[in-house]
Amino acid sequence: MSGRAIMARSATPSGRRPMSASTRYILAGGAILAVLGIAAAAAPLIAPYDPESMAVREVMGVPSLLHPFGSDVLGRDVLSRVIYGLRASLLISISAVAASLVVAIPAGVLAGYFGRWVDSLISRTLDMILVLPAMLLAITLIAILGPGSVVAAIAIAVIYLPILARVMRTSTLVVTRNEYVEGSRARGAGHLRVLMTHVIPNALGPVIVQASVLSAFAMQLEAGLSFLGLGTQPPTPSLGGMLSDGRDVLTQAPWVEIFPGLAIVVAVLGFSFLGEGLRRAFDPRGVAE
Amino acid sequence: MSRLLMFVLRRVLVTIPTLIVMSIVVFLIIRLVPGDPVRTMLGFRATEANVAELRHQLGLDQSLFTQYLAWTGDLLRGDLGTDIVSHAPLSELLMQRLPVTLELAGLSMLLAVVAGVPLGVWAATGGPWSRRLTEGFVVFGVSVPDFWLGIMLVLVFSGTLMLLPPTGYVPFVDDPAANLRYMTLPVLTLATGEAAYILRTTRGAIASVMGRPFVTFLRAKGISERRIVFGHALRNAGPSIVTVVGIQVGVLLGGAIIIETLFALPGVGRLVVTGITQRNYPTVQVGVLAIATIFILVSLITDLVVGWLDPRVADGMMK
Amino acid sequence: MSPVLSFNDVRIRFRGDNAAHAAAAVDGVSIHLVKGEIFGIVGESGSGKSTLANAAMGLLPSSVEVSGSITVNGREMIGLGPDELRHMRGSEISMIFQDASASLDPTWSVGEQIAETVRAHRPVARGEARARAIELMGEVGIPDAAARYNDAPHRFSGGMRQRIVIAAALANNPQILIADEPTTALDVTIQAQVLKLIDALRRNHGTTVALITHDLGVVAQVCDRVGVMYRGRLLEVGNAREVFANPTHPYTRALLAANPAWAKRGSRLPVVPAEWSVETPDFANAGGTT
Repeated sequence: MSGRAIMARSATPSGRRPMSASTRYILAGGAILAVLGIAAAAAPLIAPYDPESMAVREVMGVPSLLHPFGSDVLGRDVLSRVIYGLRASLLISISAVAASLVVAIPAGVLAGYFGRWVDSLISRTLDMILVLPAMLLAITLIAILGPGSVVAAIAIAVIYLPILARVMRTSTLVVTRNEYVEGSRARGAGHLRVLMTHVIPNALGPVIVQASVLSAFAMQLEAGLSFLGLGTQPPTPSLGGMLSDGRDVLTQAPWVEIFPGLAIVVAVLGFSFLGEGLRRAFDPRGVAE
Repeated sequence: MSRLLMFVLRRVLVTIPTLIVMSIVVFLIIRLVPGDPVRTMLGFRATEANVAELRHQLGLDQSLFTQYLAWTGDLLRGDLGTDIVSHAPLSELLMQRLPVTLELAGLSMLLAVVAGVPLGVWAATGGPWSRRLTEGFVVFGVSVPDFWLGIMLVLVFSGTLMLLPPTGYVPFVDDPAANLRYMTLPVLTLATGEAAYILRTTRGAIASVMGRPFVTFLRAKGISERRIVFGHALRNAGPSIVTVVGIQVGVLLGGAIIIETLFALPGVGRLVVTGITQRNYPTVQVGVLAIATIFILVSLITDLVVGWLDPRVADGMMK
Repeated sequence: MSPVLSFNDVRIRFRGDNAAHAAAAVDGVSIHLVKGEIFGIVGESGSGKSTLANAAMGLLPSSVEVSGSITVNGREMIGLGPDELRHMRGSEISMIFQDASASLDPTWSVGEQIAETVRAHRPVARGEARARAIELMGEVGIPDAAARYNDAPHRFSGGMRQRIVIAAALANNPQILIADEPTTALDVTIQAQVLKLIDALRRNHGTTVALITHDLGVVAQVCDRVGVMYRGRLLEVGNAREVFANPTHPYTRALLAANPAWAKRGSRLPVVPAEWSVETPDFANAGGTT
């Protein structure tokens, strides 16, 4: 033994191993997202009101049994709008990250597996996207293509493309240098076969972790764009849009501002916990960063 | 000493192509706008002749490459173009607006570092309670969207307590006290999220360094724990922390765009947003260019600081 | 002559999950080092030699149980408070480790790392500490010491780095130096140089050295006396030459015979059985202790 301080294992009084931290995180995050996801998917079924129906007599109602989250300045039920807004936000965020993965995974695998000029070409091209900070790039893309949900999703997908591709590339590099890949190639397996059977299954871990983490940011990014009026367009309810509208009646009806924000926070927490749990399970060495 | 100089030169030289690529990207993006900017400017009563003439005047009938060269030439000479709506020269507009954004971003990052780094060190070295307390703050700071936090702060401090103004701005040179009053809530908003990130990064980096073998030797030499943490661990963790700060400046600038809109601060970010809704493309272009340039310059400074902290980087040994 | 460093019936236990099976890393070791000698502690991995050394420096985590007595110049080290421990380390007793590169802060210059040891224990001005560091660098054989004061560790070779580590450890003229496998990570030729350096420093300053190693060749080169450890027990102690010439304990004999350098040509190298129980009376009492 060299002169390092020797770490002793701590004793557990009961002798039983507690649930590992990674499992707890995954369960917590998964539970939150499951609840939100089901609520969002079943929005037409569970929302007590039509999100766009205005009841003039119930304008700016305090949260009550009639309107659990209160009502806004036009008499619309906040709870229903939050559910529908959540639906829109989740849809945009998840599809943006998914779309990004569809391009990022092949790009990263190719760059990491073949290396050299392929790697340079792919990496340099993707790095050009990193030249502009995220929000700025999103705004600029929306400036060209016009505001809207789809455009927001595309913008987010483009922003996260280099990050996801880089993570995929790094983990592919790590896996490819592994001996069983070299052994497999030595036995004459073609590139595609090696990629599909050995490389990709083992290299997917970190990028899944990163995708989960980025979904959390995608929610915030989407909310920010909607807040600026550049994302989901009214009258479709969006959480960011609600936050913008609520400012006018902030002191008189704060619940219009509080609940949509809380919804975003909870969703972000869900993705973050899930990502943290996955990271501890799949990627303890921290390739995804 | 000359090694350090070479490192500085190398980094500065690498920045130049980055700036060029960024300018090309910005140039192309704006040129990709569907529809004809000339028609947009002239309105729907323009005749073909008018359109052709204005197009020729603006140089839009030349090749993309020539246009780009002309555009960069103008930029370097200080001619940034004209705002379509107000017809004010953009260079003037930028000069007015840039200090606001710089003040917002600068103060926010400063506050975030001043709060985040010491708390991060404490979280890493202070024992189980320090870790638990800071964990709550980290989770909160990272999950909460900053503009919502801003609105909540306005609700508490402006709406309810009536302590601070919700919107408005006064230049620092005119009235420092009032300027700071207006900037308090915006800066607090941005700084909270950033502080959480920096805390988390510092905590991780310091904990990681404290586990390295050279710390054992430091203890064996009889160096005090305090000196180990602040003299050695912090210096070794420095590059990671500074790198994250550099990246976060980009995020901060993005957040500043929203915060400026929220608090009605006359900064470059707000200029860009209103420019988009007005289809005021020259303005959007200049605004984006300005913010991206700040980001790239900050990245350069970050790299230089990392090189100063870690001699291995300066010698080109590490990426 | 009273011993400078004394281990008296030292027992060290790591608390495992199940207390009944807690392994004793060190099981009743007694060694006494006299001033100016180089004492080699020899054993394979897991024999407890490094654990013993770390205990003397107070570097073991608090969850480890240490009983018995370890005295440095008559001062008891076990249970010493953190402030006194810090005082003793680097000024009365120093330790150097196997991997010199891992012992140095990569972001500090080598000179500063020596100078800080000086300033940690004595109130000297920066300039004076710097001068002392340069002096030490010269003494351990770093050429052009003044010019290289500001260089970072990565600019030096492995052997040079180990010399710097030695300089830092000896900066305040400690009575005792514990060297834990100081040459294991180095080439054979550099090994000899570093050992010669340790020997010379010992002669010039009267330092007592506890040299921990698994390599009998190292022991043969510089040690005055040697102690053989196996599974936490001290099997044999004595004058190095005598122990090598006439080993009394079967384990020592096997160790020596297993050394390819000393085995007779054509004979088979013996195997030291892994299940050799330390508990059998023959084994435990076989060695002589001086």
